[in-house]
Amino acid sequence: MSEINVNIKDAVLEINNVSVAYNKGNYAVTNVSAAIKRNKVTAIMGPSGCGKSTLLRAINRMHDLYPNIITEGQVLLNGKDTNKMSTIMLRRKIGMVFQRPNPFPTMSIADNVIAGYNLNGISLNKTEKEEIIEKSLQDVALWNEVKDSLNQKGTFLSGGQQQRLCIARALAFQPEVILLDEPTSALDPISTKKVEELLMELKEKYTILLVTHNMSQAARISDNSMFMYLGELVEYGKTKEMFINPKDKRTDEYLTGKFS
Amino acid sequence: MKMISILKKTDAQVERKWDARFIKDKIFTGFIIIFSLITISPIVLIISKLISKGYKQLNWSFFTETTPNTYQAMLAVNLGEIIPGGVLNGITGTILMVLIASIMAIPIGIMVGIFLYENQTKKYAVIVKDITDILQGVPSIVLGLISYFWVVKYITNGFSALAGSFALFIMMLPLIIRSTEETFKMIPVSIKEAGFALGAPYHKIILKVMIPSGLSGLITGILLAISRVVGETAPLMLTALGSMVVNLNIEKPTSALPLLIWEFYNDPNMVDLIWATSLLLMMLVLGLNLISKYIISKRNL
Amino acid sequence: MLNGERITKIVLFLTSLIIIFIASGMVLTLMEGAIPAFKEFGFKFIISSDWNPTDGRESYGALPFIIGTIATSIIALLICLPLAFSTSLFIGEIYRGTKLASFIGMMVDMLAGIPSIVYGLWGFYVLRPWVVDMGFNDQGYGVFTAGLILAIMVIPYATSISVEMIKMVQNDLKEAAYSLGATRKDVIFSVILPNARSGIFTSYILAFGRAVGETMAVTMLIGNSNIIPKGLFDTGNTMASLIANQFGEADGLKLSSLVAIALLLFFITGLINGFGKLLIKKL
Repeated sequence: MSEINVNIKDAVLEINNVSVAYNKGNYAVTNVSAAIKRNKVTAIMGPSGCGKSTLLRAINRMHDLYPNIITEGQVLLNGKDTNKMSTIMLRRKIGMVFQRPNPFPTMSIADNVIAGYNLNGISLNKTEKEEIIEKSLQDVALWNEVKDSLNQKGTFLSGGQQQRLCIARALAFQPEVILLDEPTSALDPISTKKVEELLMELKEKYTILLVTHNMSQAARISDNSMFMYLGELVEYGKTKEMFINPKDKRTDEYLTGKFS
Repeated sequence: MKMISILKKTDAQVERKWDARFIKDKIFTGFIIIFSLITISPIVLIISKLISKGYKQLNWSFFTETTPNTYQAMLAVNLGEIIPGGVLNGITGTILMVLIASIMAIPIGIMVGIFLYENQTKKYAVIVKDITDILQGVPSIVLGLISYFWVVKYITNGFSALAGSFALFIMMLPLIIRSTEETFKMIPVSIKEAGFALGAPYHKIILKVMIPSGLSGLITGILLAISRVVGETAPLMLTALGSMVVNLNIEKPTSALPLLIWEFYNDPNMVDLIWATSLLLMMLVLGLNLISKYIISKRNL
Repeated sequence: MLNGERITKIVLFLTSLIIIFIASGMVLTLMEGAIPAFKEFGFKFIISSDWNPTDGRESYGALPFIIGTIATSIIALLICLPLAFSTSLFIGEIYRGTKLASFIGMMVDMLAGIPSIVYGLWGFYVLRPWVVDMGFNDQGYGVFTAGLILAIMVIPYATSISVEMIKMVQNDLKEAAYSLGATRKDVIFSVILPNARSGIFTSYILAFGRAVGETMAVTMLIGNSNIIPKGLFDTGNTMASLIANQFGEADGLKLSSLVAIALLLFFITGLINGFGKLLIKKL
């Protein structure tokens, strides 16, 4: 496995020997270690079923919700062991965007944006609310499209708009890291392009970890890439280098389309 | 910079509150668990009460003899003995009436269920379906009253097993109709189409393809319908009335297990028989439920 | 042309008419039977609280029983609410998919299977003495005791529909809330309940409808007095329990009055269930 050279100070996340098992002994991710660089887009790619989403969900401990899933190993966030943090603190610092757009259908667009604050019982005054809503929606280039319908339910929005609303929801809570689990797989090409452009802008302020089954997407927008296969991290390096000169045979075969 | 101040405030509040929020979450979960335990406690209390008070009476004669009269029961109670006699008249009456109700309700229910399944989008079928739902919600005592006016007054000219059966039949009908329809909806359309492709006539497809493939669902629905009516008391009070002897004539008053419980309840000398009879009735109902659960679980394999 | 297929279809159609006949016949019979009572008392039948079977001074009014029915059913609903709510969250969310949840679910199903008369017995021999011990009233009969047993009887109906509704809430909405730092309680109140709200509401409507029509258990516990109950622990009668009680010795005007009450009961339960079914269809 080729290690990317990351100065520890640059690493937001350090994944140390993480394994995830669905039911005892049935490993979906085995012994993955990697350091994720700050303010970069890092793509995790690989064929479906390779464990890339499972790894992503281990980072913000989503697996804790399911008693049959066992996570081993350690993830450090800014040098602190996330297993020792409360999930509330952890998820406050690490936002997540899901495969299918999932805005809360019972909440207005505005309430969706500030859902993180409401769910965590954080009091905001009116101007703070307005500022967060406007800024977050502007960050995802949705402000102009929805500014007149902030108090309506978001269900009339297109799939792409809904996904951007979900990204705004994650951004609004001002996390350090954003995890995205195949965020464009349910979107049309035009919406996909918008989301991709957005992600490239967002890395100025956030660290982005993106799971994708689409190699060209990884090539277009990521700085660094991981290639996973059968639960293992096969290769991790600068995206350009990996695409031009993959070090592992399996990476090469995947990138040249021998399997997918 | 406003956003930075919000960020700091948020971090501070999250940090300060998370402990309390976890505790609140635990307390909430605790309440849920306690309330759920309260919810299921009656079933434990009821069954243990029935068993502890009723098992003594569950002897051979309980199943083979008819109800004693008050005097016999009083003598036994005064001597500290087990009340003689049994509930044979109730057992036979329940079997008789449920059987007749089933003979009427099963074919009609299945046929109407098929009709609803075959005409799902037609307006008339939707109306029939809505009426079926309304019938299902009619209180059983009202059904008893109806059977009284139709059967007791005009057909058997007196309280009768047939009148009891008829009330139970109206109760079973909507249950069987809806379970038949649901069962058929779950059968893949391709199975039916395969039958049509072979040129089989319509009624053959229903009889030879649809009903066999949905058989376990149909049986489950029938068993659940029976278990729902077997414990019914109120409609039988208005129709079958009750009888001290085994009666198999459908034109004569007949007893049933729930009717006997009601009689024993009203007769202070018979109290000891209440629990055993209730225990028997419960075992019957739960047994029917268990069998249908078993059929469902086998189907899912 | 009368081929096999056509005959089958006609036979099925004719069978479906049986449902129409039974339902319309039911309404007609009840109406016909109720005519003497409504002729004698008119609209006053519904608002009169007089129930006097003495010969020559016969007078019947349904109000005490309408109030008794509503009172017991509301008490049942109020007691059922927190219990069914908690149990449905237990089965449908907190322990979803575990053996524990299916065990609790099985117990709730068993509750639904217990015959009304067995509930009545248990209420008579176990609940009623509790009510006496608590010092609420001397005999333990009354609206509250009847409502309590009704609550236990309708909990399974409210619970099983609520569980279905809670399970229908999409997992990715819950995960979205968790990913923002919500606790389970936050997720339940901010995501699950707002999304399953109308379904859960419907489950209580249908449970209420069942409580309204229950007969035996209520008859054994309500005390059977033909007056408007003045308090929680006062005795009374519901529409169903009145019919069960008085039918045996009823004829003439009294029988007609009982049928009129049955007709009212039919319409009330029909309205409640129809409303509930309408809500479910909309979901």
